[in-house]
Amino acid sequence: MTTRREVILGAGAMGVLALVPVQAGAMPELLARETARLTGGAKVTDGRVRLTIPPLAENGNSVYITVEAESPMTEADHVRKIHILSERNLISHLLTWHLGPRAGLAKVSTYIRLAATQRVTALCEMSDGSFWRDRKEVVVTVAACIDGS
Amino acid sequence: MAVPKVRVSMPAEAVRGDIIQIKTLIRHIMETGYRVDSVGRNIPRHIVTAMRVTYAGAKIFAMDFTQGVAANPFVAFHTRAVESGDVVFTWTDSKGVVETVTKTIIVT
Amino acid sequence: MRTAIQTLALVLWAAGAAAEPLPSGSAFLSDEMRARQADDAANPGMLWVAEGAAMWRAKAGPAAAACADCHGDAGKSMRGVAARYPAVDAASGKLLNLAGRINRCRTRNQKAEAFAYESDELLALTAFVARQSKGLPMQVAVDGAAKPYFERGKAFFHRRRGQLNLACAHCHDKNAGKPLRGDVISHGLPNGYPAYRLTWQSLGSLHRRLRSCSFGLRATRHDFGSDEYLALELYLARRAKGVAMETPAIRP
Repeated sequence: MTTRREVILGAGAMGVLALVPVQAGAMPELLARETARLTGGAKVTDGRVRLTIPPLAENGNSVYITVEAESPMTEADHVRKIHILSERNLISHLLTWHLGPRAGLAKVSTYIRLAATQRVTALCEMSDGSFWRDRKEVVVTVAACIDGS
Repeated sequence: MAVPKVRVSMPAEAVRGDIIQIKTLIRHIMETGYRVDSVGRNIPRHIVTAMRVTYAGAKIFAMDFTQGVAANPFVAFHTRAVESGDVVFTWTDSKGVVETVTKTIIVT
Repeated sequence: MRTAIQTLALVLWAAGAAAEPLPSGSAFLSDEMRARQADDAANPGMLWVAEGAAMWRAKAGPAAAACADCHGDAGKSMRGVAARYPAVDAASGKLLNLAGRINRCRTRNQKAEAFAYESDELLALTAFVARQSKGLPMQVAVDGAAKPYFERGKAFFHRRRGQLNLACAHCHDKNAGKPLRGDVISHGLPNGYPAYRLTWQSLGSLHRRLRSCSFGLRATRHDFGSDEYLALELYLARRAKGVAMETPAIRP
């Protein structure tokens, strides 16, 4: 089913989005599978990591995220990795940060792409093998003027 | 003339043990691979795939990218100022192109 | 003896003449985007400014002349220049915007090929030169030789166009500050251009933005560097009188 969003996003002279049907049902499954792959099936607990992301994104092409995890960042106890996951993009795993005790502070920022209004997950792997998570909802809007670039 | 493709912002000096913030920017289209051109041909994916950072030879930070990262990627992270030395930033993209820049930090 | 209407007109004109500058487009950004624009380490437009800085020093043309060879330190020689453009070129009588002026220098003085509109090179050099006017208020001349262009641009701004049959004024005067889908309508000021638009995921010129607007109205998209857009650019620059330059701005 071609959504209006895809038609709007597709109307660019610079490049048109291929009209990939986005089935809302398939995505949470992809996310669950990707999470299982990254955790090896280990339990994921909400907490110890905070994902900061604007509740309303002006443009899905560039959405600012900051992830900060509570950790002393010592040899004995530190953040190993932070993954960012999406439930509505065409792929569920968006990026991985590799940290370690040298970081001093487990706080990282970047800009991601979001295809639609959705919940974004920050998944954190600690040096003791435990997994922690924060999830935030983002409303993603299309720019007001249909662009045509 | 080489077009400068990267910008790194970090303090030139720091006190030993301080945590410093480093900001990086690289100019890259991060073509998703989902777009088609005006005659319907698929535009192939072309993205930065990885960034690696070493500090006086030790790995301090790395990032794995997908097409889910925005164009002209900005990444900010932290590291402890442990010693004076070179901080080397290396980006690799899906065509195998490598961009690298070295910054020096004096730690007292 | 003045009629009541003439007096009113005088009062309104005086009020207009002493009017506060319109708010920049950055007033309509989220806090986060405004912060990003202000941070040179995070603003992607600075990648083009860096390219422009390198081009400023690069030799070009048969005489292997760099911009720097004549103009020296751009921070000094180019300060205030972008705030005065578009301007009429005295020799030819033509209205030139900053990109046009750069190309004129390139062909006439460096004897090198002009840069294509919207090429990375032209965007980079234009952004670099405009950046040297950061924080300075826009102050274009609209009298003398510039007057006919200004009047043309003003007429364009107020004329209904396209299938949607709207004039620029309908959104950017009457409805500035109001929400339109995911955005808030700005006053359509050019003080941040060339700007990094999130929609483009790239730095782009004002004319590219005007073409986008035209597309949104289902109106004719004029060419980059067209007389219509140049005249409009002058009118928009006048609307931005007193507004600080922000190139490279970030816009949605």
